[in-house]
Amino acid sequence: MSTEVSNVEELAIKDYKYGFQTDIEMDIVPKGLSEDTIRLISVKKGEPDWMLEWRLKAYRHWLTIAKENEPKWANISYPDVDFQDIIYYAAPKQKPELNSLNEVDPELLRTFEKLGISLQEQKRLTGVAVDAVFDSVSVTTTFKEELSKLGIIFCSMSEAIKEHPDLVRKYIGSVVPYTDNFYASLNSAVFTDGSFCYIPKGVRCPMELSTYFRINTIGTGQFERTLLIADDGGYVSYLEGCTAPMRDENQLHAAVVELVALDNATIKYSTVQNWYPGDSEGKGGIYNFVTKRGACRGVNSKITWTQVETGSAITWKYPSCILQGDNSVGEFYSVAVTNNRQQADTGTKMIHLGKNTRSTIVSKGISAGKSNNSYRGLVRVHKKADNARNFTQCDSLLIGDKCGAHTFPYIEVANESAKVEHEATTSKIGEDQLFYLRQRGIAMEDAINMIVNGYCKDVFRELPMEFAVEAQKLLSISLEGSVG
Amino acid sequence: MQNLHPRDRFISNFSKFEAGLNGESKSPFHELRKKAISKFEELDFPTTKNEDWKYTNIAPILAHEFNPAAGAALTKKDIEPYLVPNLKVNLLVFINGKFRSSLSHIYKQRDGVVIESLAKMLKTNPELVLKYMGRYSGLDNGFAALNTAFADDGAVVYVPDDSTVDNYIHIMNLLGSAGENALAQPRNLIVAGRNSKLKIIESYHSISELENLTNVVNEVVLGENSDVEIYRLQHENMSSFQVNKTQAYQQKGSTYTHYSVTLGGSIVRNDTNTVLDAENCTGNLFGLYLTEGRQHVDNHTFIDHAKPHCQSNEMYKGVLDGKSRGVFNGKVFVRVDAQKTNAYQSNKAILLTSDAMIDTKPQLEIYADDVKCSHGAAIGQLDDEAVFYLRSRGIGEEHAKRVLIRAFANDIFETLTSDELHEHLNHLVFEKLK
Repeated sequence: MSTEVSNVEELAIKDYKYGFQTDIEMDIVPKGLSEDTIRLISVKKGEPDWMLEWRLKAYRHWLTIAKENEPKWANISYPDVDFQDIIYYAAPKQKPELNSLNEVDPELLRTFEKLGISLQEQKRLTGVAVDAVFDSVSVTTTFKEELSKLGIIFCSMSEAIKEHPDLVRKYIGSVVPYTDNFYASLNSAVFTDGSFCYIPKGVRCPMELSTYFRINTIGTGQFERTLLIADDGGYVSYLEGCTAPMRDENQLHAAVVELVALDNATIKYSTVQNWYPGDSEGKGGIYNFVTKRGACRGVNSKITWTQVETGSAITWKYPSCILQGDNSVGEFYSVAVTNNRQQADTGTKMIHLGKNTRSTIVSKGISAGKSNNSYRGLVRVHKKADNARNFTQCDSLLIGDKCGAHTFPYIEVANESAKVEHEATTSKIGEDQLFYLRQRGIAMEDAINMIVNGYCKDVFRELPMEFAVEAQKLLSISLEGSVG
Repeated sequence: MQNLHPRDRFISNFSKFEAGLNGESKSPFHELRKKAISKFEELDFPTTKNEDWKYTNIAPILAHEFNPAAGAALTKKDIEPYLVPNLKVNLLVFINGKFRSSLSHIYKQRDGVVIESLAKMLKTNPELVLKYMGRYSGLDNGFAALNTAFADDGAVVYVPDDSTVDNYIHIMNLLGSAGENALAQPRNLIVAGRNSKLKIIESYHSISELENLTNVVNEVVLGENSDVEIYRLQHENMSSFQVNKTQAYQQKGSTYTHYSVTLGGSIVRNDTNTVLDAENCTGNLFGLYLTEGRQHVDNHTFIDHAKPHCQSNEMYKGVLDGKSRGVFNGKVFVRVDAQKTNAYQSNKAILLTSDAMIDTKPQLEIYADDVKCSHGAAIGQLDDEAVFYLRSRGIGEEHAKRVLIRAFANDIFETLTSDELHEHLNHLVFEKLK
């Protein structure tokens, strides 16, 4: 990926560069949602009964809240989603049960190559283990053997349900219960695949784990479910990247990510999301309604969310940390870029429950074109959370006079020893900075890129190397043509 | 009556109120009231499901029954404790929401200046009232609609172009009645003409120990280059309730300064809003709330930057003791064309006990790009090192803390221009912290 992306020519591609569709025979369950659809998904995936029961419970709960319709509180607007008009399961027809990459359908491999994550290349050059999710079924997992030597389990969710049912059963829904919210309920009922990772006691995962999501079939909702568990003293850094082909319909993506960090464990979760944002008129694009939450269950545990959001027509997500264990730490670093008619309502929740818990929030929003970008965050210090500490910095940058930048920070403190600080600024790119760069012969667009990159540095610094490079390139593509 | 839904109780009171109006129920002003009561019927009282009322549950208010109480017999001596010592003011006294001319005193003013009660203005000059009233504060929540429906008295201050009012105007509201919970719904209108200047003190006090409810709506209209200062002092008994909405509307070059000092009251909700609807306006909102016991103070502010080249400053500070709860929600809204806006907002709160709580939500919504907007919120305790410094100089712990809290609170008063008022507010803060 890094070698591909560092290719300078790619910068010249102005439109969405991942807009191609792979012609592979797909095994598709007809559109529509009912208990039968869920049973069919469960059967197709060969799941045990308890999993099906759980799905059905979630679906029945979803039906009760679906009556009151979808949540509308976010600062975004979009037409109602027709949940009967979605394909809930799409898998490549010959599910490859493969031992080596050579046996993978070459068409599929080429797709990944275009995405810049050629598995072979990955394996050979970067040392990143990839669990590639192609629509709903995980195709192949690299480096699995190496990881299993350390006792690390890294596989697709459907495999984990079959191979490690005890672990899955113990933790699934324990951070994001199926009753959590509208889209989490829906996901619990119909999720098709996702990644599962378990780091055993005292193990430091030697490489960055990575997964790549790609929405391919027309009208497929991507409902993946990711579960990461770091046992006592474990460490893992996990990368998630997302792309989707260019298509006119809006596609729905409602994922659930659950992280569990036990005593002294550390989880670092990084996301680069560059799904198709729709065209300049706001036609098409992905609806990204995701529930991400991490629980710092043990003492001294730590969860870091880093996200770079440049894609999707609508982004609606709040990666959160529940700081249960004493001395646990939650961090959230985010860059959200919106251009044209994109809408983003994103932020985080830091729930301080344990003593001496600390959290840091750094959010950088950039709005251009006719887009709207909102930060919505919650910092809650419970009564028993003595000496809790939070620092929040959320800045917004405006490019152009038709866009909007908003902040909705909620701060709720019920403990007198808490220290909570919140700072927010909104401004446009400094004219003197631009002038300085321009008079040194740097083109307007490049100058803006440089300033924006500098502005986002606090967050990019937190990204693993491979992602940091890609994130910077993505940023410049997203802002392409925003200079008026 | 007791079993009626609170909303229906108020609606049934409306027909009684209407019957008592005699001929006035045919007036155009009454049309406004009728519109408001049907709006109230539709809106009902807000609940915590309403985002703007998320942190303030008004069920404890509605659990009581309130009656528009008759006026108490008070003398000039009785109201002395509520005056600002040594400050010369035009005094308007309202007892249970009704103007009491025998206790009021207004100095002779320049031609055209009106300092009068709403009840009298509705008889003598309803055109002036209708020209402004209800145009700035919408019927956007149940309380504002209810106030409009029952509006029959309050203060009307009108300053014509190129004029000024000598001395402060003190609008004093006294509420209480023996044996029953009193209700007052004052409706005040303040209109400052072009190039005019005006200073107003708006104070609220209790004359009984019961659970009284004050539901106020103020409309403040600032003409071109006018300068209006409003000092709101909420100093009621610890079981009273107040819902206060103060909506300002600013024209070109005007300066609006609003101070809010909340010391008393069981549940207090303030909506302090201003619209900067022309260029070169300045809006300043300052607030201080000191709470103890089970007090609940909710300050909502909304600064609407509708036009370019305006600036706003906002600073709210709170000190929370006992099991009290504070809420701050400050919204700064910058509209599409409001370029070159400068908006600064800050909210700081100190929690003194582990049972006190603060919920704060400083909110920016910005649709223009050439702006400088910032907000900061900080919640914490007294600085240990500062306490240590004072203690090392032989000052007792209690005293040291009090000194620091006073210093923290005093920030808000620093910009006050009147020494007498400064002294008085400082004294009240001191008394409260004892």
